[in-house]
Order: sequence, then structure tokens, then C-alpha cells
Amino acid sequence: MSRGATSGRIEARFEKLAGEGRAAFIPFIMAADPDLETSFEILQGLPGAGADLIELGVIFSDPMADGPAIQAAGLRAKAGGARLDRTLDMVRRFRVGDNDTPIILMGYYNPMYIYGVERFLADAAEAGVDGLIVVDLPPEEDVELCLPALAAGMHFIRLATPTTDDARLPAVIANTSGFVYYVAIAGITGTKSADAGEIQSAVERLKRHTDLPVAVGFGIKTPEQAEAIAAIADAAVVGSAIVQVVADNLDADGKATPELVGNVLGLSQSLANGVRAAARKAAE
Amino acid sequence: MSAEPNSYQNGPDEHGHFGIFGGRFVAETLMPLILEVEQAYEDAKADPGFQAELDDYLTHYVGRPSPLYFAERITEHFGGAKLYFKRDELNHTGAHKINNCMGQILLARRMGKKRIIAETGAGQHGVATATVCARFGLECVVYMGATDIERQAPNVFRMKLLGAEVIPVTSGTATLKDAMNDALRDWVSNVDDTYYLIGTVAGPHPYPAMVRDFQKVIGEETRVQMQAAEGRLPDSLIACIGGGSNAMGLFYPFLDDTDVRIIGVEAAGHGIETGAHAASLTGGRPGVLHGNRTFLLQDDDGQILDAHSISAGLDYPGIGPEHSWLHESGRVEYVSVTDQEALDAFQLCSRLEGIIPALEPSHALAHVGKIAADLPADHLMVMNLCGRGDKDVFTIADALGVEL
Repeated sequence: MSRGATSGRIEARFEKLAGEGRAAFIPFIMAADPDLETSFEILQGLPGAGADLIELGVIFSDPMADGPAIQAAGLRAKAGGARLDRTLDMVRRFRVGDNDTPIILMGYYNPMYIYGVERFLADAAEAGVDGLIVVDLPPEEDVELCLPALAAGMHFIRLATPTTDDARLPAVIANTSGFVYYVAIAGITGTKSADAGEIQSAVERLKRHTDLPVAVGFGIKTPEQAEAIAAIADAAVVGSAIVQVVADNLDADGKATPELVGNVLGLSQSLANGVRAAARKAAE
Repeated sequence: MSAEPNSYQNGPDEHGHFGIFGGRFVAETLMPLILEVEQAYEDAKADPGFQAELDDYLTHYVGRPSPLYFAERITEHFGGAKLYFKRDELNHTGAHKINNCMGQILLARRMGKKRIIAETGAGQHGVATATVCARFGLECVVYMGATDIERQAPNVFRMKLLGAEVIPVTSGTATLKDAMNDALRDWVSNVDDTYYLIGTVAGPHPYPAMVRDFQKVIGEETRVQMQAAEGRLPDSLIACIGGGSNAMGLFYPFLDDTDVRIIGVEAAGHGIETGAHAASLTGGRPGVLHGNRTFLLQDDDGQILDAHSISAGLDYPGIGPEHSWLHESGRVEYVSVTDQEALDAFQLCSRLEGIIPALEPSHALAHVGKIAADLPADHLMVMNLCGRGDKDVFTIADALGVEL
């Protein structure tokens, strides 16, 4: 099938990092958590706090692959005014000041389906979104959004998991683009962590099937873990640990405290430093 | 709207689609598990030994066939159509849910699974699951919304007596849809030994078709029993719908008998116009939730809305995908009935027939009351009395202002 011209930002970013000999750090935040303005401040600050790419969460009332931390983030964001159209507005505003850092929307299919697939893809591209990660669209449902996205030049980043065996992997890889996201555990976000050795062999297995960069997420919480992942994969994704900092910096009414943005960006920077330390060690 | 199909009994296609509905919208982690269930179910269907074993348990453990009973006094009361009850409330555990649980537990055993998880709303499916797990010595974990645990305490205790672990779900709105989310999260986290025993004709393929197949015994028996009683097929069928498994079970064997009028009754709660209802077809639109595309109660941002019904078993913002398809194709009429209308029918059935029905089929009976009088006396109508009302006595007492 035909693939449209992409924004090129994801390809350019991984190429640049390959030149620097290091992995990418990809933080996840939930759009509008805990409110639209605070969330935008975080988004705007992330590239300066070591983010190489950014995953921006789209709320869904029934996030069946997410653990308590991201579920709570979704509820805060809902109360904070999250809607898919406002999330696209946030990306549009971000692009005024940053035309290089790739932004990937991550969420579930229904809000995009209700927005209307064609209109969503057009609006997302125009706003400056580079790719999509949609948890509940396996290859069996590619005709829904994946193929239209690829045709429209929107990257469709597929999840591969510990249950994706060799027989299934080619189908999972076939229509993925931008990078492959390896879900390190059979589980939900923000719970258990996988053993680095297991992840390493899984990444090597993926690399035998694709030339795309391989990102690893689920269960990465500390700079040390991020460093360990960065030594064996092309990117480390951290979500639950970051949204937990939002949860920990709210006042009694659930409003953002003055320290919130700084503390989120502080964790982002230390996770990014972990990722960069892996590069230095590899170079030594 | 699509042209009338050659048969209404051919769905779903190999991808699990009923028209545009159904499908397999699940996380990649679950996809291999769902394919494994599908393969195991196909193998079981092709194995005469599987059906023979199931039939044996249905006869001797569940108590099938359930009677087809002429509800003489209600017929007289309404005046008009001759009303029969399909007495699935007489099954072991008091509802139709056990038909499906027995089928799926035998499948889980074939697959060598040791741990069974389930979601439950009113607790009927949870009790039925706990029952078959006890019978076969399998670990059982039931997810139940904290709100439902409070309003269905007797069923929670029953599940515990049967050896199940009941996990309160506090996420989201703490009702059936959230229990299903947490069951899916459990399955994603325990992929090696766990079987997810879904209780209704929803979820990803193959569940909607498989659960329907295990429930269609209701309609198959009805055909035979009505032939014996009246020498012909019924003129109409009527059943309540939450997810819609009892209705699919009754309807499915009659779908191609296009002279048979078929009516599904959704829960209108406080009234469709109030927004506090559980009528996905009447008040919702197509969307994707819990692994399938179907009619859902949702807002314009695609966020799923809370359902409301006095009946915990109908309190779900979605409906099985095959019902969505039958709705769009026009083969089945879907109507809705309010809490109050169901309460009135509940009392009527108790007093006139000596049968205390569950609140769920009370919805179906309320609609019978709306149409029966306008039908001729030789009109044969079958209503699925899919559950008994013992579980609901506290809810009813509360609604009637009685302190127990």
C-alpha cells in the first residue's frame, strides 16, 4: 500500500541521535493533566529537560492497558478539560516554538474514531503531530486507522509485546513506521519491571525483523533503569513515574502547586541524564 | 442500511465482524491469547465429544431443558397474546448465565488453564463462574465494581462461599464496565495460566459468537417445546438486553424464520430523555470499547458515559455487537422500558404467577404489557424469563420504601 510523505521529524531525530551514538529519551505526559495550561507548560519545557521525542497522552474513559498512575492522570486530565481537539491545539501551540521535537499521540481508538478518522488524520498532521500509538488497534484491525494513517503520512507506531511470538512478529512489524515500541512486560503500565537481560534478547529479536529503531517502555521508573534500557535499545520511554510527579504536586483542591512544572521537568532531566550516561559508558 | 442478507445466522465473518460491528480491538499483549481461545473453540466445536460432555452437564448439573410455561394468569390479565415464559430462571444458580459458564469452563479445561477470571455486574455471572470453578476445582477471581458489591451483597457472599476471590473495582465508575477493564488488565498481566470467562455476547472475537453459541440452547429448546405445545413456531419472541446474552440465546435459532417477530428490551432507567439510562441502541452510537465496535453510550469526545438502570445486570453502556447489527439490519426491534415500568411488572409477575422474576426480565415483561392487548388471542409470544428475583429483593424493598 502507498505511504504518504511524513513530517520527517521522527526519522531526523533518530538519525541525529545515531550520529551522537546514544539512545533517545521519550517521556510520556497526559495532555491537560492536571489542567490545560500547566500541561502545556510541561510540554513546552520537556525538550529543554532532555526529551528527544514526546508521547502525549489522549484521555480515554476506559484505559484497559493502563495501571493506576496513568488511570489517575486520565481522570485529572478529564477534570482539567482534556478533549482530543484541545490536545491537538496544544501540539499546534508547541510547534510555534519547536519544529524539531517529534510528538506522538498515545491513546485508545474510540476518541479518534468518534472525531472521524479522515478529519483526525488531517487535523493531527496540520497541528504538527508526527505519529500515533493506539493501544487497542492490533494488526488485525489495520484497515481502521493504521493504513489510512500511513497513507496520510502519519507514522503508526506499533506495540510489540512479550506475547508476540516469532510467527506473529512479521505481521506486527509489517505496517509499523517511525519506530517499534517494545512493551517490556506482559502487564499494564506502571506496575512490574522486566529484567534487563530479557529485554535485551527481546530487542535483539525485534532487530532481526526490522531496521526501525526499537523503543522500550512499561516498567521504567528510575534514571538507573533508563540507563540500563538505553544501553540495549534505541529509546527508553517513561510514563507512570512522570505522571506520578504530577499527582504528588497538587494542593488539597487538586490544583497544580507552583513547584509542579519544575519537579516534572526535574525528573525528566534526571531520566534523560540516565539515558545519556549509557551513551558515555558505551563510548568509553 | 445494507441489503437483507441471505441468512442472519452466518455471522460473524472470520475477523469477527457482524457487518461493521464486532472485531478484535485489544492490546497486542492479548491478541495471541484471543487467537488461542478462538482456535481452541473451533477445535472443540468440531469435536463431538465436547458437545456430548457439555450436554451431559447441562442435563444433570444445570437442569436443562428449562420448561416452556404458559403464563395463563398474566395472559388473562393483559388480554390478547398468549404468553409463554421460557423458564431459564429455573437453571442451577437461578439464571441463564450458567449455560455459557459451563461451555467456557469445559473449554478452559481443554486448554489446560488453571486460573479463571470473570467480571460481574449484578453478580449472576460471577456466581455462575464461581460455581463451575468450584465444580472443576479451578482458581476463580471475580472483578466486581465497588458500587455493585454494595448493592448485591448476597451474591458477593455466594461467590465467597463457592471459593471465589471477589476483587472490588474502584477505578472509573466502579460498575460493570470498570470490572471488565480490570479483568482485562488482569488477563494482560497473567497471560500464561489464565482464562478470561466473559459473561455476555460482548468483548473481542470470538467471545460474542462463542457466548451466543453456548446460549442458543434456549432458543433451540423453545422451538421444540413450542412445536410440542402448539404444533407451530411462536409468532413473537421478547427478551431483555444488557450485554444481550439471554436475548441472543433465544433469538438466534429464529433469526431466519422471518415471520417470527423479535423484540429486544433495553433499560431506559429514569427515562431516555433524562440521560440516566442504559439503552445503548436507543440512546447511543457506534464506537469501540472492550474489544469490539458496537453501540455505546458516549459523549462527543468518545468518552464512555455511565449507564443507569435499577437492574445491575442491565447497567452497561454497551451491547453485544450482533445486536447492533440486528438493529441496523432491522431484523430485531429494540425498545426500552423504565425502572418504574420494570418494578410494576416485577410485582405483577410475583402476584399473578407465583414467580418472583429478576429485575432484568421484568423489563421484558413490562414491554409485553404494552403490546399484548393489541395482539390476537392466537398470537403465540415467548418471553425469556432469564433469571429469578431473589437477588433483587433488597433493591425492590428499597424502591418500594420497605425496610427489611
